[in-house]
Amino acid sequence: MPFSFHTVSALVLRYVFLYTRHPVRFVELVFWPLVDLLVWGFLTVYLQKSGAGEVPTTITFLIGGMILWDVLFRSQQGVAISFLEDVWTRNLLNVFVAPVRTVEYVAATCLVGVLRVGVTLIILAVVAALAYGFHLADLGLALLPFLGNLMLFGWFLGMVSTALIMRWGQAAESLAWAVPFFIQPLAAVFYPVSVLPAWLQPIAKALPCTPIFEGMRAVLSGQPTPWGHVQSAFLLNLVWGGLAAWFFAANLRHVRKTGLLVKVATH
Amino acid sequence: MPPATPILEADRLVKIFGDSTALSGLSFSLAAGESLGLLGVNGAGKTTAMNLLLGLTTPTSGSVRMFGLDLWKHRIEILRQVNFSSAYTSLPSNLLVWQNLTVFARLYRVPQPQQRIAELLELLDIAHLRKSVTGTLSAGESTRVNLAKALLNKPRLLLLDEPTASLDPDIADRVRKLLRRLQTETGLSILYTSHNMRDIEEVCDRMVFLHGGKVLAEGTPAEVQARFKRKSLEDFFIGVARGEIEAIGLE
Repeated sequence: MPFSFHTVSALVLRYVFLYTRHPVRFVELVFWPLVDLLVWGFLTVYLQKSGAGEVPTTITFLIGGMILWDVLFRSQQGVAISFLEDVWTRNLLNVFVAPVRTVEYVAATCLVGVLRVGVTLIILAVVAALAYGFHLADLGLALLPFLGNLMLFGWFLGMVSTALIMRWGQAAESLAWAVPFFIQPLAAVFYPVSVLPAWLQPIAKALPCTPIFEGMRAVLSGQPTPWGHVQSAFLLNLVWGGLAAWFFAANLRHVRKTGLLVKVATH
Repeated sequence: MPPATPILEADRLVKIFGDSTALSGLSFSLAAGESLGLLGVNGAGKTTAMNLLLGLTTPTSGSVRMFGLDLWKHRIEILRQVNFSSAYTSLPSNLLVWQNLTVFARLYRVPQPQQRIAELLELLDIAHLRKSVTGTLSAGESTRVNLAKALLNKPRLLLLDEPTASLDPDIADRVRKLLRRLQTETGLSILYTSHNMRDIEEVCDRMVFLHGGKVLAEGTPAEVQARFKRKSLEDFFIGVARGEIEAIGLE
């Protein structure tokens, strides 16, 4: 049997226990996104008021960008923080000597990412609608592929973060939070790619999330759903997924060969 | 009648980390129902050996077979029949004891997991800890919870890495007696590393003493003692650590 959903569900159960036993863990899922939403929301309100009608209402893309960025970020965190939880609690060796395939372990962390995104997204969507009149559903049919592509890219960044932490150990733990922000300036979250210097634009266009944020702005500007952007994001995700899987597997082989896996797990 | 396939066979295991050779051709086997102690002074290679046997580290050369199967080709199938407990790992401290055991019971596909968990908690005399937060347990309680996790799947082979480290003599004695009883009653095979010679004398049928990544001595504790003319296993250990015995062993 090459892949077991039973094993994945057992690993996810551990995180369900963790989050339901410690409601304070929900603060992490809710507090920072809400702070971001309030800052960007009030900035949007201020720009709209001070522009005296000259600033287009589509400036709400700041709120949209913030919410969709959080989808990517929480998805990446689901993978990277789940791994770190096992390191912090010195449980990693117990998991690695249990009958768990690497692909099942990664799948479980991805699923935890989906759960984290679900909780955060619902809360942000409700607060954005009530406080700023921003309705995520205005993105229409494109919303689901937008979310799906961002979630996929978040998983892949999470796998890269985890691989780097395995390789460099405790000193690299901050990468679990830093990796998404390495790409944020290029990801066109709050401004179009055309704003970037010409030499940076090809790099920005190689990121699967860039066409999603560009597409979001197009929809919020009243243009038709840019399905081409969705397609580009998906194709780029296929490439990034392959590279992330290769990078993760290569690093796992390396840490098994050098003994670093045990060092990371028992530090 | 042909001899039964050993439960565990380590064959010419070599592990080199950069310029340092941690194991240089380690070979040994473990029969069904046997309890084998893996000993050595710090840096002898026993932790490296344990990590190779668990599949956590890959060997530079050599092979590990369990139940007649190659560890790296049949890892999942093998790990379902093996379990592990170490003084250097713990179960997630932020979950309750029953939650941790439930997760691992599912990972090991234990039938009727709650019944099995209750049985083990009774056996280890920690039923009262079922709803305790794992991180609040004493060292002795934590060791017994780790042992409960290690026994969940009724393993055919149990790998124990210094299970009595940090236990008081009373709890350590109870753990040793329990392991001996389990071995007798269930035919469990045990590979045991320890710095506590009393553990080895009481729990192990046979021992392999590593030094500098090689086997320095092998046999029953009494045989090893007699061969090296030492009054106790502890005396033998000290002799190796102080360089008094190595020359005899390598002759």
